[in-house]
Amino acid sequence: MTSADFSIVLPEFLLAVYALAALLFAVYTGKDKTAGLITWLTAGAFVVVAAIIASRVAGAQTAFNGMFVDDAFARFAKIGILLAGATVLVMSQDYMKKLDLLKFEFPIIVALSTIGMMVMVSAGDLMALYMGLELMSLALYVLASFRRDSVRSSEAGLKYFVLGSLSSGLLLYGASLTYGFAGTTNFAGILAVVKDGAPLGVLFGLVFMITGMAFKVSAVPFHMWTPDVYEGAPTPVTAFFATAPKLAAMALFARVLHDAFGGISSDWSQVVALIAVASMFLGALAGIGQTNIKRLMAYSSISHMGFALIGVASGTVGGVQAALIYMAIYIVMNIGTFAFIMTMQRDGQPVTKIKALNGYWKVSPPKALAVLFLMFSMAGVPPMVGFFGKLAVLQAAVAADMTWLATAGVVASVIGAFYYLRVVYYIFFGSDVEPLDKTKGGVANFVVLIAGVVMLVGIVNLFGIDTYAMTAAEALVR
Amino acid sequence: MVGLEHYLAVAGALFVIGIFGLFLNRKNVIIILMSVELILLSVNINLVAFSSFSGDLVGQIFTMLVLTVAAAEAAIGLAILVGFFRNRGTIDVEDINVMKG
Repeated sequence: MTSADFSIVLPEFLLAVYALAALLFAVYTGKDKTAGLITWLTAGAFVVVAAIIASRVAGAQTAFNGMFVDDAFARFAKIGILLAGATVLVMSQDYMKKLDLLKFEFPIIVALSTIGMMVMVSAGDLMALYMGLELMSLALYVLASFRRDSVRSSEAGLKYFVLGSLSSGLLLYGASLTYGFAGTTNFAGILAVVKDGAPLGVLFGLVFMITGMAFKVSAVPFHMWTPDVYEGAPTPVTAFFATAPKLAAMALFARVLHDAFGGISSDWSQVVALIAVASMFLGALAGIGQTNIKRLMAYSSISHMGFALIGVASGTVGGVQAALIYMAIYIVMNIGTFAFIMTMQRDGQPVTKIKALNGYWKVSPPKALAVLFLMFSMAGVPPMVGFFGKLAVLQAAVAADMTWLATAGVVASVIGAFYYLRVVYYIFFGSDVEPLDKTKGGVANFVVLIAGVVMLVGIVNLFGIDTYAMTAAEALVR
Repeated sequence: MVGLEHYLAVAGALFVIGIFGLFLNRKNVIIILMSVELILLSVNINLVAFSSFSGDLVGQIFTMLVLTVAAAEAAIGLAILVGFFRNRGTIDVEDINVMKG
């Protein structure tokens, strides 16, 4: 390991050292008594590492003979992942404490999976890709079954584990075929091999790898784990699942398709477009009958992943930029919504039934208004930020001569609007039921309000996200 | 003479057996864990065969990494399974049905 390589992987290294040190510290001192402290420390470490990454302005650098790439694309994704992780950690404390789940392992496992995500989005080689992906997935399996005494949580963990390891196996089989027929595991090497037409073996490998990655972003037809895992896992864990790993997997998707198979975009763009259309429609239709808000969010996330995949499918700089903007907006919307779900309680017990929201605006008008903004934004109603995300991906599809894809996107978005508006309807016009608790203070309440405000204020300039996304997309698509 | 195709055929067969084992098995979650192992091992055969026939060591290094990850994955899978057994008292695949999905 030369010092130049070392300085490039410094953020990941720092976070790994932090995670191990925090584990030692907690085990040798107060164990679960230190959980609150470690949660804050981990969130702080995430922010510090994000600041280190943000301070790097140099173009693309590679370490370990091209195995690890640090470019604007990776930096964009990493900062998003870290900030999402930090917010989820901070806002979930009160909820975890209430359920007696605030254990010191929670922030540390989150940190470990975050390291995996960072390696994943920086992968420049099939091996780095696999190791990052597994580090993320193994940590997430544990998180899903974090509530050990709950049947639902352990069942969610088991289902996630079985389907997740199947998807890793498919991805790995694809990687082995790609390695065999391209003769290298390096993305740049594969790109050079497939420049003048890919061998059949490499195409097979590509299809298997797309399958594996579609599992991780929960795109149709590999989505079946999502509703069960979202419902069964504790809400803070679901909030984490819905944000950081989704961004990481989507970034990995774009990274593999462009960095390793950029020369044959005509071969994969139709496949990805098909997955995108199926995800959008299934997410929009299957969400309609749901009564549990966490399951509803699962179908909502399947649908959102379909929209982001439109950007990836168009295979252009604009497409990748649009997908990144979409993912950034999606993460903010989801953090806000899950913060709200964490505050849904009756007599101190968490409630996840959508019907329980009836007449909620009388309980807390500001929060009801924030949820209104969030739901409108998810549905893509024009004045909200979510509309601009959808607009960006649809424009990218049209620019790439995929008008049919954009049309399908609009139709799916109209269908999906139904269940978001239903939530709003219950909150403002629903019949009176026994009201939910009015939870005061707490980080989660604060996050709901902030996210609601962001949905409105963001329309001014999207906080400049689009320029960063542009730089990131230009670094990836060549 | 045993050529590359033979190794790939064996690996492909193991891979398909693993996939079928995952989906057709209605009995026991342990069998699912074994099927997952089978999939990963078929990948290893693939990698080593490619590596050996192309005279490139990278595939064998990849195999080492896959073996390590497979061990970790089995450990975590069994741990989750033990947690599930404590709650439900069974590890039959048919009984993983608290949530419809």
